[in-house]
Amino acid sequence: MIQKKFLLNFSKEVSEQPHIYHLVKDYDLIVNIFRAKITDEAEGFMILEISGEKDALRKGIAYLRDQNVGVGEAEKGVVWDEERCTQCGNCLSHCPTHALRIDDPATMHIIFDAEACIECLACIKNCPYGACTSVF
Amino acid sequence: MKSYEEINEKIASGKAVVLTADEVSDYVDQKGLAKAAEEIDVVTTATFGAMCSSGAFVNFGQCAPKIRITEAWIDDVLAYSGVAAVDAYIGATQLRQNDPENMYYPGEFRFGGGHVIEKLVAGKQCQLFALSYGTDEYPRRELRTWFTIDDLNQAIMVNPRNCYQNYNVATNLSDRTIYTYLGALKPHMKNLTYSSAGQLSPLLNDPLYRTIGIGTAVWLAGARGHVYAEGTQHAPSISRTPGGVPTGGAGTLALTADMKQMKGRYVRGVSLKGYGVSLALGVGVPIPILDEDVLLKTTVRDRDIPAEVIDYSSDYPNKTGKVLAHVNYADLKKGNIELLGKRVEVSSMSSYAMALEIAELLKEEVRSGSFLLSRPLQPLPVEQELKSLKIRKEDEVR
Ligand code: SF4
Ligand code: SF4
Repeated sequence: MIQKKFLLNFSKEVSEQPHIYHLVKDYDLIVNIFRAKITDEAEGFMILEISGEKDALRKGIAYLRDQNVGVGEAEKGVVWDEERCTQCGNCLSHCPTHALRIDDPATMHIIFDAEACIECLACIKNCPYGACTSVF
Repeated sequence: MKSYEEINEKIASGKAVVLTADEVSDYVDQKGLAKAAEEIDVVTTATFGAMCSSGAFVNFGQCAPKIRITEAWIDDVLAYSGVAAVDAYIGATQLRQNDPENMYYPGEFRFGGGHVIEKLVAGKQCQLFALSYGTDEYPRRELRTWFTIDDLNQAIMVNPRNCYQNYNVATNLSDRTIYTYLGALKPHMKNLTYSSAGQLSPLLNDPLYRTIGIGTAVWLAGARGHVYAEGTQHAPSISRTPGGVPTGGAGTLALTADMKQMKGRYVRGVSLKGYGVSLALGVGVPIPILDEDVLLKTTVRDRDIPAEVIDYSSDYPNKTGKVLAHVNYADLKKGNIELLGKRVEVSSMSSYAMALEIAELLKEEVRSGSFLLSRPLQPLPVEQELKSLKIRKEDEVR
Protein backbone atom coordinates (compact mmCIF):
# COMPACT_ATOMS: atom_id res chain seq x y z
CA MET A 1 0.00 0.00 0.00
CA ILE A 2 1.27 3.43 -0.83
CA GLN A 3 -0.32 6.82 -0.28
CA LYS A 4 0.24 10.02 -2.20
CA LYS A 5 -1.14 13.52 -2.45
CA PHE A 6 -2.13 14.95 -5.83
CA LEU A 7 -3.42 18.17 -7.30
CA LEU A 8 -5.76 17.40 -10.21
CA ASN A 9 -6.61 19.98 -12.80
CA PHE A 10 -9.69 19.37 -14.94
CA SER A 11 -10.07 21.46 -18.05
CA LYS A 12 -13.49 22.48 -19.37
CA GLU A 13 -13.58 19.47 -21.69
CA VAL A 14 -13.03 16.84 -19.03
CA SER A 15 -14.59 18.34 -15.92
CA GLU A 16 -17.92 16.64 -16.42
CA GLN A 17 -16.60 13.07 -16.50
CA PRO A 18 -16.77 10.83 -13.38
CA HIS A 19 -13.00 10.24 -13.19
CA ILE A 20 -12.85 9.67 -9.46
CA TYR A 21 -15.53 6.97 -9.74
CA HIS A 22 -13.32 5.14 -12.23
CA LEU A 23 -10.29 5.41 -9.97
CA VAL A 24 -12.20 3.67 -7.21
CA LYS A 25 -14.15 1.16 -9.31
CA ASP A 26 -11.63 0.19 -11.98
CA TYR A 27 -8.34 0.56 -10.12
CA ASP A 28 -9.41 -0.33 -6.59
CA LEU A 29 -7.94 2.85 -5.17
CA ILE A 30 -8.91 4.64 -1.98
CA VAL A 31 -9.41 8.35 -2.40
CA ASN A 32 -9.56 10.98 0.27
CA ILE A 33 -10.66 14.31 -1.21
CA PHE A 34 -9.39 17.28 0.77
CA ARG A 35 -10.70 20.05 -1.38
CA ALA A 36 -12.40 20.48 -4.75
CA LYS A 37 -13.63 23.45 -6.71
CA ILE A 38 -15.26 24.07 -10.05
CA THR A 39 -14.68 27.66 -11.12
CA ASP A 40 -17.09 29.68 -13.21
CA GLU A 41 -14.97 28.97 -16.26
CA ALA A 42 -16.04 25.36 -15.64
CA GLU A 43 -12.49 24.41 -14.79
CA GLY A 44 -12.03 22.12 -11.88
CA PHE A 45 -9.38 21.59 -9.24
CA MET A 46 -9.13 18.81 -6.74
CA ILE A 47 -6.65 18.05 -4.01
CA LEU A 48 -6.79 14.47 -2.87
CA GLU A 49 -4.84 11.68 -1.35
CA ILE A 50 -4.86 8.39 -3.22
CA SER A 51 -3.83 5.11 -1.66
CA GLY A 52 -3.63 1.60 -3.00
CA GLU A 53 -1.27 -1.00 -4.46
CA LYS A 54 1.73 0.57 -6.14
CA ASP A 55 0.87 -0.86 -9.51
CA ALA A 56 -2.79 0.12 -9.29
CA LEU A 57 -1.85 3.64 -8.33
CA ARG A 58 0.48 3.91 -11.30
CA LYS A 59 -2.22 2.64 -13.64
CA GLY A 60 -4.85 4.93 -12.12
CA ILE A 61 -2.64 7.96 -12.62
CA ALA A 62 -1.90 6.86 -16.19
CA TYR A 63 -5.66 6.60 -16.76
CA LEU A 64 -6.19 10.17 -15.50
CA ARG A 65 -3.41 11.49 -17.73
CA ASP A 66 -4.94 9.57 -20.63
CA GLN A 67 -8.20 11.39 -19.99
CA ASN A 68 -6.35 14.72 -20.17
CA VAL A 69 -6.65 15.40 -16.47
CA GLY A 70 -3.69 17.44 -15.25
CA VAL A 71 -1.95 15.49 -12.50
CA GLY A 72 0.45 17.38 -10.25
CA GLU A 73 2.43 15.43 -7.71
CA ALA A 74 4.88 17.91 -6.26
CA GLU A 75 2.33 20.69 -6.55
CA LYS A 76 0.22 21.63 -3.60
CA GLY A 77 -2.95 23.63 -3.19
CA VAL A 78 -1.75 25.56 -0.17
CA VAL A 79 1.39 27.57 -0.68
CA TRP A 80 3.54 28.83 2.16
CA ASP A 81 5.74 31.76 1.17
CA GLU A 82 8.86 31.44 3.27
CA GLU A 83 9.89 35.03 2.51
CA ARG A 84 6.58 36.50 3.70
CA CYS A 85 6.46 34.26 6.77
CA THR A 86 7.78 36.09 9.82
CA GLN A 87 7.95 32.87 11.85
CA CYS A 88 5.47 34.37 14.27
CA GLY A 89 3.88 31.05 15.11
CA ASN A 90 0.29 32.20 15.05
CA CYS A 91 -0.74 29.40 12.69
CA LEU A 92 0.64 26.66 14.95
CA SER A 93 -2.44 26.03 17.07
CA HIS A 94 -4.71 26.29 14.04
CA CYS A 95 -3.02 23.66 11.87
CA PRO A 96 -4.73 20.34 12.68
CA THR A 97 -2.01 18.08 11.29
CA HIS A 98 1.05 20.09 12.37
CA ALA A 99 1.99 20.52 8.72
CA LEU A 100 3.10 23.95 9.92
CA ARG A 101 5.32 23.29 12.90
CA ILE A 102 8.54 24.05 14.72
CA ASP A 103 11.04 21.21 14.54
CA ASP A 104 13.90 22.82 16.44
CA PRO A 105 12.93 24.66 19.64
CA ALA A 106 16.37 26.33 19.74
CA THR A 107 15.79 28.30 16.54
CA MET A 108 11.97 28.33 16.64
CA HIS A 109 11.93 28.17 12.82
CA ILE A 110 8.57 27.32 11.25
CA ILE A 111 8.56 24.64 8.57
CA PHE A 112 5.79 23.66 6.15
CA ASP A 113 5.40 19.97 5.41
CA ALA A 114 3.23 19.89 2.27
CA GLU A 115 2.63 16.13 2.51
CA ALA A 116 1.04 16.53 5.93
CA CYS A 117 -1.21 19.40 4.82
CA ILE A 118 -4.88 18.41 4.51
CA GLU A 119 -5.84 21.71 2.88
CA CYS A 120 -8.16 22.83 5.64
CA LEU A 121 -7.19 26.48 4.89
CA ALA A 122 -7.06 27.45 8.56
CA CYS A 123 -3.58 28.95 8.12
CA ILE A 124 -4.77 31.12 5.23
CA LYS A 125 -7.53 32.54 7.40
CA ASN A 126 -5.26 33.12 10.36
CA CYS A 127 -1.87 34.22 9.04
CA PRO A 128 -1.49 37.94 9.89
CA TYR A 129 1.13 38.41 7.17
CA GLY A 130 -0.57 36.73 4.21
CA ALA A 131 2.20 34.13 4.03
CA CYS A 132 -0.20 31.27 3.26
CA THR A 133 -2.27 31.30 0.08
CA SER A 134 -4.16 28.85 -2.09
CA VAL A 135 -3.56 28.17 -5.78
CA PHE A 136 -7.34 28.05 -6.26
CA MET B 1 33.23 47.90 36.40
CA LYS B 2 33.35 49.33 32.87
CA SER B 3 32.28 52.73 31.62
CA TYR B 4 30.34 53.52 28.45
CA GLU B 5 33.47 55.21 27.12
CA GLU B 6 35.61 52.11 27.66
CA ILE B 7 33.03 49.89 25.99
CA ASN B 8 32.69 52.26 23.03
CA GLU B 9 36.46 52.41 22.63
CA LYS B 10 36.59 48.63 22.44
CA ILE B 11 33.74 48.61 19.93
CA ALA B 12 35.42 51.28 17.79
CA SER B 13 38.65 49.31 17.74
CA GLY B 14 36.79 46.16 16.73
CA LYS B 15 37.76 44.34 19.92
CA ALA B 16 34.47 44.26 21.80
CA VAL B 17 33.25 40.90 23.11
CA VAL B 18 29.58 40.65 22.17
CA LEU B 19 27.09 37.87 22.87
CA THR B 20 23.37 37.60 22.23
CA ALA B 21 21.01 37.29 25.18
CA ASP B 22 20.37 33.77 23.90
CA GLU B 23 24.04 32.79 24.23
CA VAL B 24 24.99 34.65 27.37
CA SER B 25 23.26 32.39 29.93
CA ASP B 26 25.29 29.29 29.13
CA TYR B 27 28.45 31.36 28.83
CA VAL B 28 28.05 32.79 32.32
CA ASP B 29 27.22 29.34 33.69
CA GLN B 30 30.53 28.05 32.33
CA LYS B 31 32.81 30.98 33.12
CA GLY B 32 31.32 32.23 36.34
CA LEU B 33 29.77 35.65 36.75
CA ALA B 34 32.89 37.61 37.78
CA LYS B 35 35.10 36.32 34.98
CA ALA B 36 32.34 36.68 32.37
CA ALA B 37 31.60 40.25 33.47
CA GLU B 38 35.23 41.16 32.86
CA GLU B 39 35.21 39.57 29.42
CA ILE B 40 31.86 40.52 27.95
CA ASP B 41 31.30 44.09 26.80
CA VAL B 42 27.85 43.96 25.23
CA VAL B 43 24.83 41.64 25.20
CA THR B 44 22.37 42.10 22.35
CA THR B 45 18.63 41.69 22.89
CA ALA B 46 15.82 41.80 20.35
CA THR B 47 12.16 41.32 19.64
CA PHE B 48 9.91 41.13 16.59
CA GLY B 49 6.17 41.47 16.79
CA ALA B 50 3.07 43.54 16.25
CA MET B 51 3.44 46.94 17.91
CA CYS B 52 0.19 48.87 17.45
CA SER B 53 1.48 52.12 18.94
CA SER B 54 3.67 52.87 15.95
CA GLY B 55 3.58 55.31 13.09
CA ALA B 56 5.57 57.83 11.14
CA PHE B 57 5.80 61.54 10.56
CA VAL B 58 6.21 62.32 6.89
CA ASN B 59 6.88 65.61 5.15
CA PHE B 60 5.72 65.73 1.53
CA GLY B 61 7.34 69.03 0.50
CA GLN B 62 5.36 71.84 -1.13
CA CYS B 63 3.82 71.87 -4.58
CA ALA B 64 2.91 74.91 -6.69
CA PRO B 65 0.54 76.48 -5.88
CA LYS B 66 1.01 75.65 -2.21
CA ILE B 67 -1.39 73.75 0.05
CA ARG B 68 -1.99 73.69 3.82
CA ILE B 69 -3.21 70.11 4.08
CA THR B 70 -6.15 69.58 6.43
CA GLU B 71 -6.88 65.96 5.58
CA ALA B 72 -4.60 63.50 3.83
CA TRP B 73 -4.88 59.89 2.70
CA ILE B 74 -1.96 57.68 1.70
CA ASP B 75 -3.23 54.76 -0.37
CA ASP B 76 -6.68 55.67 1.00
CA VAL B 77 -5.49 55.41 4.61
CA LEU B 78 -6.12 58.58 6.60
CA ALA B 79 -2.96 60.29 7.85
CA TYR B 80 -3.35 62.80 10.68
CA SER B 81 -2.78 66.31 9.35
CA GLY B 82 -3.38 68.52 12.36
CA VAL B 83 0.25 69.59 12.13
CA ALA B 84 2.08 71.97 9.77
CA ALA B 85 1.18 72.48 6.10
CA VAL B 86 2.65 69.38 4.49
CA ASP B 87 3.44 67.25 7.55
CA ALA B 88 1.32 64.23 8.45
CA TYR B 89 1.39 61.27 10.82
CA ILE B 90 0.47 57.87 9.43
CA GLY B 91 -0.54 55.55 12.26
CA ALA B 92 -0.16 51.77 12.18
CA THR B 93 -3.74 50.84 13.07
CA GLN B 94 -5.57 53.29 10.79
CA LEU B 95 -7.79 51.38 8.37
CA ARG B 96 -8.16 52.02 4.68
CA GLN B 97 -11.14 54.22 3.84
CA ASN B 98 -14.32 52.15 3.33
CA ASP B 99 -12.91 49.01 4.92
CA PRO B 100 -16.03 47.04 5.90
CA GLU B 101 -14.45 46.58 9.36
CA ASN B 102 -16.31 43.79 11.14
CA MET B 103 -19.60 44.43 9.38
CA TYR B 104 -19.17 40.99 7.82
CA TYR B 105 -18.03 39.44 11.06
CA PRO B 106 -15.25 38.89 11.91
CA GLY B 107 -13.80 41.00 9.10
CA GLU B 108 -10.48 40.60 7.34
CA PHE B 109 -8.86 44.05 7.73
CA ARG B 110 -6.59 43.59 4.76
CA PHE B 111 -4.92 46.97 4.51
CA GLY B 112 -4.10 49.91 6.72
CA GLY B 113 -1.44 52.21 8.09
CA GLY B 114 0.94 49.35 8.90
CA HIS B 115 0.79 48.21 5.28
CA VAL B 116 1.39 51.77 4.01
CA ILE B 117 4.50 51.95 6.19
CA GLU B 118 5.63 48.52 4.91
CA LYS B 119 5.19 49.73 1.32
CA LEU B 120 7.08 52.96 1.94
CA VAL B 121 10.05 51.19 3.53
CA ALA B 122 10.04 48.65 0.69
CA GLY B 123 10.45 51.58 -1.73
CA LYS B 124 7.03 51.05 -3.33
CA GLN B 125 4.92 53.80 -4.84
CA CYS B 126 2.00 55.18 -2.80
CA GLN B 127 -0.82 57.56 -3.64
CA LEU B 128 -1.34 60.83 -1.77
CA PHE B 129 -4.74 62.50 -1.82
CA ALA B 130 -5.09 65.68 0.22
CA LEU B 131 -7.70 68.36 0.87
CA SER B 132 -7.62 71.85 2.28
CA TYR B 133 -9.85 74.91 2.63
CA GLY B 134 -7.36 77.16 0.84
CA THR B 135 -5.89 80.36 2.30
CA ASP B 136 -4.27 83.44 0.86
CA GLU B 137 -0.77 81.99 1.06
CA TYR B 138 -1.82 78.33 0.58
CA PRO B 139 -4.48 78.59 -2.15
CA ARG B 140 -4.61 74.93 -3.33
CA ARG B 141 -7.65 72.99 -2.10
CA GLU B 142 -6.95 69.52 -3.41
CA LEU B 143 -4.16 67.35 -4.72
CA ARG B 144 -3.57 63.80 -5.90
CA THR B 145 -0.12 62.46 -6.67
CA TRP B 146 2.09 59.40 -6.43
CA PHE B 147 5.32 59.21 -4.49
CA THR B 148 7.92 56.91 -2.96
CA ILE B 149 9.84 57.33 0.28
CA ASP B 150 12.69 58.93 -1.70
CA ASP B 151 10.40 61.80 -2.67
CA LEU B 152 9.69 62.66 0.97
CA ASN B 153 11.81 65.20 2.81
CA GLN B 154 11.53 63.19 6.00
CA ALA B 155 9.95 59.90 6.99
CA ILE B 156 10.65 59.52 10.67
CA MET B 157 9.12 56.68 12.60
CA VAL B 158 7.84 57.85 15.98
CA ASN B 159 6.38 55.06 18.07
CA PRO B 160 4.77 56.00 21.38
CA ARG B 161 4.84 52.45 22.73
CA ASN B 162 7.04 49.53 21.68
CA CYS B 163 8.78 46.62 23.39
CA TYR B 164 6.36 45.81 26.19
CA GLN B 165 8.52 44.36 28.93
CA ASN B 166 6.30 41.32 29.40
CA TYR B 167 2.83 40.42 28.19
CA ASN B 168 -0.12 38.34 29.20
CA VAL B 169 -1.18 35.13 27.51
CA ALA B 170 -4.61 35.00 25.91
CA THR B 171 -7.10 32.16 25.93
CA ASN B 172 -10.85 31.80 25.54
CA LEU B 173 -13.13 30.05 28.01
CA SER B 174 -16.36 30.85 26.17
CA ASP B 175 -18.16 28.52 23.80
CA ARG B 176 -17.50 30.43 20.59
CA THR B 177 -14.36 31.44 18.69
CA ILE B 178 -13.24 34.97 19.49
CA TYR B 179 -10.99 37.18 17.35
CA THR B 180 -8.42 39.27 19.16
CA TYR B 181 -5.17 41.13 18.55
CA LEU B 182 -3.52 37.91 19.70
CA GLY B 183 -5.22 35.99 16.91
CA ALA B 184 -8.25 33.71 16.80
CA LEU B 185 -8.91 31.93 20.08
CA LYS B 186 -10.90 28.73 19.86
CA PRO B 187 -13.70 27.99 22.32
CA HIS B 188 -13.24 26.07 25.57
CA MET B 189 -9.56 26.94 25.93
CA LYS B 190 -8.45 24.84 22.95
CA ASN B 191 -5.57 27.20 22.23
CA LEU B 192 -3.74 30.17 23.68
CA THR B 193 -1.42 32.84 22.35
CA TYR B 194 1.58 34.59 23.89
CA SER B 195 3.50 37.57 22.59
CA SER B 196 7.03 38.08 23.86
CA ALA B 197 10.54 37.22 22.79
CA GLY B 198 11.05 35.94 26.35
CA GLN B 199 14.71 35.58 27.23
CA LEU B 200 15.73 37.68 24.19
CA SER B 201 13.34 40.53 24.95
CA PRO B 202 15.11 43.88 25.59
CA LEU B 203 13.43 44.99 28.80
CA LEU B 204 13.46 41.49 30.30
CA ASN B 205 17.26 41.60 30.11
CA ASP B 206 17.43 44.94 31.89
CA PRO B 207 14.38 44.63 34.10
CA LEU B 208 15.08 47.66 36.29
CA TYR B 209 16.22 49.92 33.42
CA ARG B 210 19.83 50.34 34.53
CA THR B 211 21.12 50.80 30.98
CA ILE B 212 18.01 51.31 28.86
CA GLY B 213 16.77 54.88 29.33
CA ILE B 214 15.86 57.97 27.36
CA GLY B 215 18.58 58.46 24.76
CA THR B 216 19.64 54.80 24.53
CA ALA B 217 20.65 53.85 21.00
CA VAL B 218 18.50 51.06 19.55
CA TRP B 219 18.36 49.12 16.31
CA LEU B 220 14.92 49.86 14.88
CA ALA B 221 14.19 47.75 11.81
CA GLY B 222 17.77 48.12 10.61
CA ALA B 223 18.08 51.85 11.30
CA ARG B 224 19.94 53.36 14.21
CA GLY B 225 17.26 54.85 16.43
CA HIS B 226 16.75 56.02 19.97
CA VAL B 227 14.51 55.73 22.97
CA TYR B 228 12.96 59.22 23.02
CA ALA B 229 10.73 58.85 26.09
CA GLU B 230 9.23 56.29 28.39
CA GLY B 231 6.64 54.42 26.37
CA THR B 232 2.98 55.15 26.96
CA GLN B 233 1.50 52.96 29.72
CA HIS B 234 5.01 52.52 31.19
CA ALA B 235 4.01 51.16 34.59
CA PRO B 236 6.91 49.42 36.29
CA SER B 237 5.32 49.20 39.76
CA ILE B 238 3.97 45.68 39.48
CA SER B 239 4.83 42.41 41.15
CA ARG B 240 8.21 41.00 40.19
CA THR B 241 10.21 37.83 40.68
CA PRO B 242 13.24 38.03 43.03
CA GLY B 243 15.32 38.60 39.86
CA GLY B 244 13.27 41.70 39.07
CA VAL B 245 11.30 40.17 36.18
CA PRO B 246 7.79 41.65 36.09
CA THR B 247 4.84 39.27 36.00
CA GLY B 248 2.91 41.49 33.58
CA GLY B 249 3.30 44.36 31.09
CA ALA B 250 5.36 46.81 33.20
CA GLY B 251 7.87 48.88 31.21
CA THR B 252 7.56 50.16 27.64
CA LEU B 253 9.74 52.24 25.30
CA ALA B 254 8.96 55.11 22.95
CA LEU B 255 11.21 54.69 19.92
CA THR B 256 12.16 56.74 16.92
CA ALA B 257 14.38 56.24 13.86
CA ASP B 258 14.75 57.35 10.26
CA MET B 259 12.48 55.20 8.12
CA LYS B 260 14.67 55.81 5.08
CA GLN B 261 17.38 53.70 6.74
CA MET B 262 15.08 50.78 7.60
CA LYS B 263 15.04 47.33 6.04
CA GLY B 264 11.75 46.03 4.63
CA ARG B 265 12.17 42.60 6.18
CA TYR B 266 11.66 44.08 9.66
CA VAL B 267 8.74 46.41 8.88
CA ARG B 268 5.63 44.39 8.11
CA GLY B 269 1.95 45.26 7.90
CA VAL B 270 -0.28 43.00 9.98
CA SER B 271 -3.88 41.99 9.28
CA LEU B 272 -5.64 40.53 12.27
CA LYS B 273 -8.96 38.92 11.50
CA GLY B 274 -11.73 40.43 13.60
CA TYR B 275 -9.41 42.99 15.24
CA GLY B 276 -7.84 45.31 12.72
CA VAL B 277 -4.49 46.22 11.22
CA SER B 278 -1.16 46.84 12.85
CA LEU B 279 2.56 47.00 12.19
CA ALA B 280 5.15 44.40 13.13
CA LEU B 281 8.61 45.71 13.83
CA GLY B 282 11.99 44.29 14.64
CA VAL B 283 13.81 46.01 17.49
CA GLY B 284 17.26 45.29 18.87
CA VAL B 285 18.75 46.84 21.99
CA PRO B 286 22.40 46.44 22.98
CA ILE B 287 23.09 46.22 26.69
CA PRO B 288 26.49 47.46 27.89
CA ILE B 289 27.91 45.12 30.54
CA LEU B 290 28.87 47.80 33.06
CA ASP B 291 29.16 45.40 36.00
CA GLU B 292 28.24 41.97 37.31
CA ASP B 293 24.69 42.94 38.18
CA VAL B 294 23.94 44.14 34.63
CA LEU B 295 25.38 40.88 33.29
CA LEU B 296 23.49 38.74 35.77
CA LYS B 297 20.18 40.26 34.63
CA THR B 298 20.94 39.35 31.00
CA THR B 299 21.25 35.67 31.93
CA VAL B 300 17.50 35.44 32.44
CA ARG B 301 16.07 32.31 30.84
CA ASP B 302 12.62 31.54 29.47
CA ARG B 303 11.90 29.37 32.50
CA ASP B 304 12.53 32.35 34.82
CA ILE B 305 9.99 34.56 33.05
CA PRO B 306 6.42 34.21 34.29
CA ALA B 307 3.32 35.13 32.32
CA GLU B 308 -0.32 35.38 33.32
CA VAL B 309 -3.01 33.57 31.36
CA ILE B 310 -6.11 35.73 30.88
CA ASP B 311 -9.56 34.81 29.55
CA TYR B 312 -10.06 37.17 26.61
CA SER B 313 -13.73 36.25 26.25
CA SER B 314 -14.69 37.90 29.52
CA ASP B 315 -12.02 38.88 32.06
CA TYR B 316 -9.95 40.88 29.58
CA PRO B 317 -12.71 43.01 28.02
CA ASN B 318 -14.39 43.54 31.38
CA LYS B 319 -11.12 44.37 33.12
CA THR B 320 -11.82 42.08 36.05
CA GLY B 321 -8.13 41.54 36.78
CA LYS B 322 -8.66 37.79 37.09
CA VAL B 323 -5.70 35.58 36.21
CA LEU B 324 -6.53 32.01 35.15
CA ALA B 325 -3.09 30.56 35.60
CA HIS B 326 0.62 31.32 35.75
CA VAL B 327 2.96 29.85 33.16
CA ASN B 328 6.52 30.51 31.98
CA TYR B 329 7.98 30.96 28.51
CA ALA B 330 9.93 27.70 28.54
CA ASP B 331 6.64 25.84 28.91
CA LEU B 332 4.89 27.99 26.31
CA LYS B 333 7.60 27.32 23.75
CA LYS B 334 7.02 23.57 23.97
CA GLY B 335 3.99 24.04 21.71
CA ASN B 336 1.37 22.71 24.05
CA ILE B 337 0.82 23.14 27.71
CA GLU B 338 -1.15 21.57 30.52
CA LEU B 339 -3.56 24.14 31.87
CA LEU B 340 -6.32 23.60 34.45
CA GLY B 341 -6.16 19.87 33.72
CA LYS B 342 -6.33 20.29 29.93
CA ARG B 343 -3.83 20.06 27.04
CA VAL B 344 -3.83 23.38 25.27
CA GLU B 345 -2.18 24.13 21.90
CA VAL B 346 0.06 27.19 21.88
CA SER B 347 0.40 29.92 19.26
CA SER B 348 2.48 33.05 19.43
CA MET B 349 2.34 36.53 17.98
CA SER B 350 5.97 37.38 18.48
CA SER B 351 8.63 35.77 16.31
CA TYR B 352 11.47 34.27 18.30
CA ALA B 353 13.23 33.24 15.08
CA MET B 354 13.23 36.83 13.83
CA ALA B 355 14.27 38.15 17.24
CA LEU B 356 17.21 35.77 17.18
CA GLU B 357 18.12 36.92 13.68
CA ILE B 358 18.06 40.57 14.83
CA ALA B 359 20.10 39.86 17.97
CA GLU B 360 22.73 38.20 15.75
CA LEU B 361 22.69 41.07 13.24
CA LEU B 362 23.12 43.63 15.98
CA LYS B 363 25.88 41.52 17.50
CA GLU B 364 27.74 41.69 14.19
CA GLU B 365 27.18 45.44 13.90
CA VAL B 366 28.56 46.04 17.40
CA ARG B 367 31.46 43.64 16.84
CA SER B 368 32.45 45.25 13.58
CA GLY B 369 32.46 48.68 15.18
CA SER B 370 29.53 50.13 13.24
CA PHE B 371 27.09 50.37 16.15
CA LEU B 372 28.29 52.40 19.13
CA LEU B 373 26.31 52.52 22.36
CA SER B 374 24.95 55.65 23.95
CA ARG B 375 24.62 56.48 27.61
CA PRO B 376 21.03 57.33 28.53
CA LEU B 377 20.37 61.04 29.03
CA GLN B 378 17.73 60.28 31.61
CA PRO B 379 16.64 57.06 33.32
CA LEU B 380 13.19 55.56 32.88
CA PRO B 381 10.94 55.75 35.94
CA VAL B 382 11.23 52.62 38.09
CA GLU B 383 8.13 53.36 40.09
CA GLN B 384 4.89 54.27 38.42
CA GLU B 385 1.40 52.82 38.47
CA LEU B 386 -0.95 52.32 35.55
CA LYS B 387 -3.99 54.58 35.85
CA SER B 388 -7.44 53.54 34.72
CA LEU B 389 -9.93 55.82 33.03
CA LYS B 390 -12.80 56.68 35.33
CA ILE B 391 -16.13 57.18 33.67
CA ARG B 392 -17.74 59.97 35.65
CA LYS B 393 -20.00 63.03 35.50
CA GLU B 394 -18.59 66.54 35.30
CA ASP B 395 -19.42 67.33 38.95
CA GLU B 396 -17.76 64.10 40.19
CA VAL B 397 -14.26 65.38 39.36
CA ARG B 398 -12.64 66.44 42.58
S1 SF4 C 1 1.03 32.66 10.94
FE1 SF4 C 1 1.89 33.14 8.92
S2 SF4 C 1 3.71 34.41 9.33
FE2 SF4 C 1 3.13 33.41 11.25
S3 SF4 C 1 4.38 31.53 11.28
FE3 SF4 C 1 2.40 30.98 10.38
S4 SF4 C 1 2.71 31.21 8.17
FE4 SF4 C 1 4.40 32.28 9.18
S1 SF4 D 1 -4.22 24.21 5.12
FE1 SF4 D 1 -4.68 23.38 7.17
S2 SF4 D 1 -3.46 21.50 7.27
FE2 SF4 D 1 -2.61 22.70 5.60
S3 SF4 D 1 -0.96 23.85 6.52
FE3 SF4 D 1 -2.78 25.17 6.55
S4 SF4 D 1 -3.68 24.80 8.57
FE4 SF4 D 1 -2.24 23.11 8.21
